[in-house]
Amino acid sequence: MSTTTVGGPRSTGADRTKRWYRARRSLQGASFVLPNFLGFGLLTLGPVVALFYISFTNWNVFGKAKWIGLDNFTRLLGDASFHRALLNTLYYSAFHIPLTLVTSLGLALLLNRKLRGVAFFRTAAFFPYVTSIVAIAIAWNLLFSRDAGPINQILGLFGVDDPPGWTASSTWAMPAVIIVGVWREMGYYMLLFLAGLQTVPPELHEAARIDGANAWARFRNVTLPCLRPTTFFVTVMLTIGSFKVFDLILVMTNGGPGQSTLVLSQYIYQKGLVENRFGYASAISVVLFALCMLVTVVQFVINRRRNA
Amino acid sequence: MTASHTALDPAAPGAAGAGPAAPSGRGGTRLPAPGKVLGYAVLVVAAAGLLLPFFWMVSSSLKTANGVFAIPVTWFPESPQWANYVEIWRISDMLLWLKNTVFLSVVVTVLQLLTGSFAAYGFAKARFPGRNLLFLVYIGTIAVPWQAYMIPQFIMMSEVGLTNTPWAVIALQAFSAFGVFLMRQYYLTIPDELCEAARVDGLSEYGIYFRIMLPLSVPALASLALLTFVTTWNDYLGPLIYLRDPDLWTIQLGLKSFVSEYNAEHALIMTGSVLSVVPIAVVFLLGQKYFVQGVATSGLKG
Repeated sequence: MSTTTVGGPRSTGADRTKRWYRARRSLQGASFVLPNFLGFGLLTLGPVVALFYISFTNWNVFGKAKWIGLDNFTRLLGDASFHRALLNTLYYSAFHIPLTLVTSLGLALLLNRKLRGVAFFRTAAFFPYVTSIVAIAIAWNLLFSRDAGPINQILGLFGVDDPPGWTASSTWAMPAVIIVGVWREMGYYMLLFLAGLQTVPPELHEAARIDGANAWARFRNVTLPCLRPTTFFVTVMLTIGSFKVFDLILVMTNGGPGQSTLVLSQYIYQKGLVENRFGYASAISVVLFALCMLVTVVQFVINRRRNA
Repeated sequence: MTASHTALDPAAPGAAGAGPAAPSGRGGTRLPAPGKVLGYAVLVVAAAGLLLPFFWMVSSSLKTANGVFAIPVTWFPESPQWANYVEIWRISDMLLWLKNTVFLSVVVTVLQLLTGSFAAYGFAKARFPGRNLLFLVYIGTIAVPWQAYMIPQFIMMSEVGLTNTPWAVIALQAFSAFGVFLMRQYYLTIPDELCEAARVDGLSEYGIYFRIMLPLSVPALASLALLTFVTTWNDYLGPLIYLRDPDLWTIQLGLKSFVSEYNAEHALIMTGSVLSVVPIAVVFLLGQKYFVQGVATSGLKG
C-alpha cells in the first residue's frame, strides 16, 4: 500500500493535492472493473437477486407477477415430481462426486510419475472434457444400446448373460449417466490434482522413505495432507457441478425412462421454459441455490476446522 | 514465468519434459521395474477406456447404417463409407450451424478477454474502496449454478426483446466471473514493484495495463481464450433456450435435431458428431499447453 508515497515529491506535502491524487487513482481503479461489472451486475447479479422475488409470485408469460407468499414452496412439499428430481440429483451426486474424486486422483498419481508417454495420456484423459456434451452423449447412447451395443457385447464376452438395458431401463439409466459423467470430467479434475501434486515437497517423501514408511503410508501421511487445499477445491467444484447436472441428462435420457433420471435443473427448465410457470420454476431454483450454498458453506467450515 | 506455470512444466506436453525442465532431484518417484510395467499397464487400459468412445465414433462414421450395430462389433470397417462425409453436408444445414457457432464463439471470446482482463487488473493491482467486497461478490456467484438464475435472466431478455437473437447468448457468456478470477490469479503473480516503477515513471493506470500488463499476460489470455472458446462452442443449454429459430442454431442444436430427424441413420449421426468435435480437437491440440495452464491456474488459491 505505497499509494501515499508516490505522489510525494511534486505535491510538496499539500494535503489537498494528495487527496485529489488518491481519489483520482481510486476512480481510475474502479473504472477498470466497471465495463465488466455493468454486464455482470445486469446479467448475473440482478437475476440472482430477482430470483428470490419471483419465487414468491405467481407469474406466467402473459400475466403480471402476483405476490403469493410461500405458496410455491408449500406446493413443492407435495409435488412428487419435485421429490423425484431432488432425490435423483442427490443420487447422481452421491456417486458422481466420490467416483470422480478417486479416479481423477488415481490418474494424477499415475501421471505424476516419470513414465514415457505421460503427455499423451494426459491429453487423452483431458480430451473428453473439451468435447461437446451433445456429441459424446449421442455416441455413448449408441454404445449403450441394449441388444447390439458394443458395451453389452463386451460384457457378453465376460460372461454377462443378462446385460443391463442402460438408458432404456429405469434402473440402469442413472448408472449409465453417472459413468459418462465421471468419464467426461475426471480429466479436468486430474489436471487440478496434478498441479496440486507439484506442490508436495519431495524432501518429505524422502524423509518418510528413510523412516521406512511404505508407499501407502507415504501416500496417507505425506501426499494426502499436502493435497488438502486441492482436494477441498475439487470437492467444492464437483459438488456444485453435480447439483447442476443437466445437459448430459437432457441429451442422453431426457429425464427418462419415466422420471428415473429427472434432475432439479431439468425440472426448472421444464416448469420455467417449457410450461412458462416462472414463479414455480423460480421456487425450485431457490431450492437448488440453497442446496449449493448449504453444502459449500458446510465444506468451508469443515475445511477450516481441519486446518485449525 | 509464474509459480503455477513452472510447477507444471515437468509434465509439459511433448519433448519439453525431457529437457532441462525435468528436475533430476525427484529421482525418488522413479519406479522399480515391476512397478513401472504395472504403471504402464494401468495407463494403457485407462487411455483405452478414455479414448475408445471417440475411436468408435470415428469408425462408426465410416460404416453403413446397419454396420454400426453389427455383431460382433467391427472396430475397423472393411469398406469405409467416405460418402457419409459428403452426404451429411447435403442433407443437413451443417455449414450454417458451423458458421453460427463460430460467430458466437469468437464474439464471446473477444468480449470476455477485453472486459475480463480489464476488470482483473482493477482487482489485482488498482486500489479503490469496496474492491475486496466486490471481488467476493464475483467469487460468490461462481458457486451459484447458472440453472438457478436462468429463469429471471430469460424474463429479462424477453422484456428487452433479445430472445431469438444471437445477442442473448453473447450477453450471457461475455461477462463471466470466472474469466475475471482466472486473469486476476495471473496478475497477482506479477510483482507490484513493476507497476510502482511504471507509476513513478509517470505512466497512468491505463498505460500500465495496456503497455505492461497486457503484453505480460499473453499466456493467461491464451488460456482464457481457449477455455472460453471451447465452452461457448460446446454450450447446449444457452442456445437451446434462446435460439429457437433454425436459422440461428449452433452445431450442438443442429446435431441434436439431426438425431431426432434421422434417428435410424446411426452412421450419419456419428459423422455429424465427428464433424462437431473436429474443430475443437484441433483447437485443443494446438493450444494444449494453455489449456493445462488455465485449468491449473484456476485451481490455485490466491
